[in-house]
Amino acid sequence: MARITLQNLRHSYLANPTSDADYALKEIDIEWKDGGAYALLGPSGCGKSTLLNIISGLTIPSEGRILFDDRDVTRLAPTERNIAQVFQFPVIYDTMTVYDNLAFPLRNRGVPEAQVDKRVRTVAEMLELDAMLGQRAAGLSPDGKQKISMGRGLVREDVAVIMFDEPLTVIDPHLKWELRSKLKELHQRIRVTMIYVTHDQTEALTFADQVVVMQDGVVVQIGSPVDLFERPGHTFVGHFIGSPGMNVLPVELRDGAAFFAGAHVATANRGPGSGAAEIGVRPEFVALADAGLPAEVLRIADLGRHRVVEALTGGRRVNVVVPEDRQVALGPVHLAFDPAQTRIYVDGWLAGAAA
Amino acid sequence: MKTENQRAWWFIVPVLALVAFNALIPLMTVVNYSVQETFGNNVFFWHGVGWFEDVLRSPRFHAALGRQLLFTGIILLIEIPLGVAIALAMPRKGPWVSVCLVLMALPLLIPWNVVGAMWNIFALPDIGLMGWTLNAIGFDFNYTQQPLSAWFTMVLMDVWHWTSLVVLLAYAGLSSIPDAYYQAAKIDGARPWAVFRYIQLPKMKRVLTIAVLLRFMDSFNIYTEISVLTGGGPGNSTTLLSIDLVKIALGQFDLGPAAAMSLIYFAMTLLFSWVFYTVMTRDEPQ
Repeated sequence: MARITLQNLRHSYLANPTSDADYALKEIDIEWKDGGAYALLGPSGCGKSTLLNIISGLTIPSEGRILFDDRDVTRLAPTERNIAQVFQFPVIYDTMTVYDNLAFPLRNRGVPEAQVDKRVRTVAEMLELDAMLGQRAAGLSPDGKQKISMGRGLVREDVAVIMFDEPLTVIDPHLKWELRSKLKELHQRIRVTMIYVTHDQTEALTFADQVVVMQDGVVVQIGSPVDLFERPGHTFVGHFIGSPGMNVLPVELRDGAAFFAGAHVATANRGPGSGAAEIGVRPEFVALADAGLPAEVLRIADLGRHRVVEALTGGRRVNVVVPEDRQVALGPVHLAFDPAQTRIYVDGWLAGAAA
Repeated sequence: MKTENQRAWWFIVPVLALVAFNALIPLMTVVNYSVQETFGNNVFFWHGVGWFEDVLRSPRFHAALGRQLLFTGIILLIEIPLGVAIALAMPRKGPWVSVCLVLMALPLLIPWNVVGAMWNIFALPDIGLMGWTLNAIGFDFNYTQQPLSAWFTMVLMDVWHWTSLVVLLAYAGLSSIPDAYYQAAKIDGARPWAVFRYIQLPKMKRVLTIAVLLRFMDSFNIYTEISVLTGGGPGNSTTLLSIDLVKIALGQFDLGPAAAMSLIYFAMTLLFSWVFYTVMTRDEPQ
């Protein structure tokens, strides 16, 4: 187990990167505590898998350092780093039994057979694989195979970190929930640092204590699920997390206050002087009211427990989440933004936040 | 009930006709010869299974079959491991991939009788590069007179000609292994031998099954190259089954025994292939 520190990490797949655009990862500085559950969240191509491979040692970064506790592991091979990784598609050794698959990482390291047996049985019991230990691994269903992959990650007691690279991609939806809860439960039991890479916000938010949101090779925010939802540090986080995502409207700043379509909008933070900026407010914090911004209801989508109302105000579409029992009709309404949950963003970043 | 249109059957008529003319009718002619005796003038008499009994009891057939099994065994033992080894050594990406693939494919593109002629000259002790060199460095090598030299040349020729096929198949099998397997193996601490034994070999199993089958059938039926290289000699030392068959059928014009022998030959090839394939695919899921 280890604390993981990433210092000034940059990586380019090109031999001679010239501009920022050539970098798959631009300047990453993160410190992960020992025993935490972390998620790397971002859309495809944002650099999260690159970052994962750098931590596991499958890729050597162009610049920067990686420390496990105080040991510099930047140039060490995966085996020397003592890590485990579970891949997107299940990797199993076809010709072996489930038991031998789970024992493989231990046997390769010369662990005595008695201890191998003990560990394999413990892990198999945790993952509910104990009934199939004697079976050929090739005959299992995809989720069974992915459990074996996870089991091989968990079987070594002394790993510094276990990494999961979108491990639930090939799993049926109804089993995803189960495996994810299993993983969370396992983390609470064994307290090994875990890093979970995904583009699925539900997976990230349910698994992790801390979520790292990435976009275009940059970390845009690190925070707890509540932070990301209630205090997005970047409009991208607002968009990417939440369903529907945060409403972002262009505003004009006058002395640090926001004006949308000529009307003042009360906000939680103040902008820098004057100029163009944006405000962000989640649909959950917009209400249909008797007074406020005049708007026109265009569409109502019923999502079961609540409804999403799409309204047009000042030429912009705004989503509003309303409770199921609230009556809404198409036509003119007024929108009220919760001032405590409405924030000013400049160039995408939250205004007034520490850079 | 769904109405079914039976007219589609007409579409297979051309194929049926083709198969009838190039396989069924010739095969039935052979069956016909194998159960009859003739004393010339195109007059035939019923002979029952007499020819089959003769062939199966004939020491000449046993000797040819023994040589055939020895030859096929030797070339399989050399070509399969060698092909896998070369495939493993080939680059996975980059400009050299296509260079290697083309080089590998070259021997396969040469007509079989040309292969025989090439090696016939190449191995000649007085003017052939290989034969002359072997003698020059002190080996007493003359494949036209020494059975061992003839076998050496024959095996070498087949290895040169056909190992490429195994290489190409094994390489195709290797390229289909996703990177994640190698990465997982690295993280699991697997050494190169374990990677080969538990990842590469199992993933190559299917193509290697095909490779062994193809090499078995081709080498078991080999005729052209050896006929050009040694013609079955010296003596009968390289007279494999097909060469013996041609000697009986066209040399001695013993149509009955030759027909019986070809049917036994055919049945053996079929039987070996079937047994091998069944054993190899026995424990596969689905």
